[in-house]
Amino acid sequence: MSAQPEGILASYRFVDAAADAIRTLKAEGYRNFTVYTPVPNVEIQHAIGHRVSPVRLWTLLGGLTGCATGFAMTLWMSFDWPIVVGGKPIGSIVPYIVIAFELTILFGALATLIGLVFHIRRTRQPGAYDGRFTDDRIGIFVPCPSDRRQAVETLLRTAGAEEVRVEA
Amino acid sequence: MATIAREDQLTRPTYHEVTRDIAASIGNPSRSYYVLLGFVLLVLAVGVGALLYQVRYGLGVAGYHPPVMWAVYITNFVFWVGIAHSGTLISAILYLFRSAWRTAVYRTAEAMTVFAVMTAGLFPIVHLGRLWYAYWLFPYPNQRQLWVNFKSPLLWDVFAVSTYFTVSTLFLITGLVPDVAALREQAVGWRRKLYEITSLGWRGTDQQWRHYTRAYLYLAALATPLVLSVHSVVSWDFAMSIVPGWHATIFAPYFVAGAIYSGVAMVVTLLVPLRKVFRVEQYITVEHFENLAKLLLLTGMIVTYSYGVEYFMAWYGGSPYERASFWNRAFGSYWWGSWTMILCNGVLPFFLFFRKIRRSIPAMFVLSLFVNLGMWFERFVIIVSSLSHEYEPYAMGHYTPTWVEWSILAGSFAWFFMWFLLFAKNFPTVSITEVKEIMPMPRKERQHS
Repeated sequence: MSAQPEGILASYRFVDAAADAIRTLKAEGYRNFTVYTPVPNVEIQHAIGHRVSPVRLWTLLGGLTGCATGFAMTLWMSFDWPIVVGGKPIGSIVPYIVIAFELTILFGALATLIGLVFHIRRTRQPGAYDGRFTDDRIGIFVPCPSDRRQAVETLLRTAGAEEVRVEA
Repeated sequence: MATIAREDQLTRPTYHEVTRDIAASIGNPSRSYYVLLGFVLLVLAVGVGALLYQVRYGLGVAGYHPPVMWAVYITNFVFWVGIAHSGTLISAILYLFRSAWRTAVYRTAEAMTVFAVMTAGLFPIVHLGRLWYAYWLFPYPNQRQLWVNFKSPLLWDVFAVSTYFTVSTLFLITGLVPDVAALREQAVGWRRKLYEITSLGWRGTDQQWRHYTRAYLYLAALATPLVLSVHSVVSWDFAMSIVPGWHATIFAPYFVAGAIYSGVAMVVTLLVPLRKVFRVEQYITVEHFENLAKLLLLTGMIVTYSYGVEYFMAWYGGSPYERASFWNRAFGSYWWGSWTMILCNGVLPFFLFFRKIRRSIPAMFVLSLFVNLGMWFERFVIIVSSLSHEYEPYAMGHYTPTWVEWSILAGSFAWFFMWFLLFAKNFPTVSITEVKEIMPMPRKERQHS
């Protein structure tokens, strides 16, 4: 874990107050702040304005890999030791669809989780934290040098912060 | 939904109260919990004893009698896979439909899914007799360079059920992470350590939610076709053969509807004692039972319709073997199974048309037990009565389960309930995060006006 950066940690009770603070922060040019919420919230998400998570790409690639694996494995294994079963062709595509389908789902789900862990680690936000942020409060951590502290603190309080604390 | 003013909206708890109440339900259940757990462990010991006896003396101790070589163990397998299905229906399909009521009950249903698949997975192995050869089911490089037969529905089952187990477990764990993080701050002692590790460093940051909500959506989107496929594949174990009574195209949707029907019934069976023992009556309310009742009614009617179609097609199709098989099913030596199934699944659910019954928790509990019983008999009837009465009269036979099979069946219930009880004691059975999600966050504007 990288060292915690110094900055200001504010907590909010009201969701619109927190959204106001986020919009003001963005308008003032702050970018690398962290917002903690107990549940995903549309208003906050819109205020932050992240692009859609790339996790979905992992799902797609995982699913396609699974489908290809399903067909490749069944066909290769059938031809590796060819035995006619029930008078069907050695490589019967129709029954293998079931295997390919299941592996599409399996690989898709596993890839989604790997993608989730990968992207969360890649976009890790090491700012200060408080236990109440998984309970009922919204938190905003703004990393800033000591000379900017006063300005940030005023900004966060004006938006309606319940509590503001300096993390050095 | 502003027009519907319900009592629970007026007494709606705050976010903090949700965390507090659900955290309080963990760790110190009432005395009845330990009584229940003790009883379950006792029954499990009986089941394990019976299994060891079977391993020692061979499959002969089960009541298999040609031509009935699939019986109670396969019935149990289909029954438990079926139970698993409503969990994914509630957690994934209703999630995609943005159905808000699911939030309070989905964790229970999802945990039930995982434990039911764990139970179901035991039965093909028990049925093997020489259970230490179970790994032969998987395609692995071996000395004889032989591969498995991918054209067999039994092998599709291996892939379907193991995928289902993996994906539903991942889904359950993913859903638990933010909840465990919320509990981490409340817990003390060894539980705090447990939650610190299992919350995987979750802090609810904007980036974490950004990736998490997307990943969860796609997991739900993958689980939805999966759940429909799993019981379809299980039904093809039967429908792909030419046994009269099995060889029907209706089997896949018929089995899926039956699976969800039995699963919802099991959710009701579990929720009634759970909300008392863990004191979460405030979160799992009569409204939830009513919605589950509607699901039961819908799937129950599909199942009843399927029964009708089965008999109709046996008559209309004109095959004398098919007709004889269904005549035997209704009036032959297994008539008691068929009529139990029709009574429990085709008659009793229609009482759910009455609002009074849908909103009565004791009535729902009793009804859910009957549905569970009926659905077990449905599988028993399909499997055993069809096999006992195929084509040649001289090759027909009769099968009666032995005490070993009954004991292993009882043990499987104990195994399932043991996992569920242990889970419910240590992890939230009501999702903290999702219950909060359907409650609006406080706004300063509203506070001022």
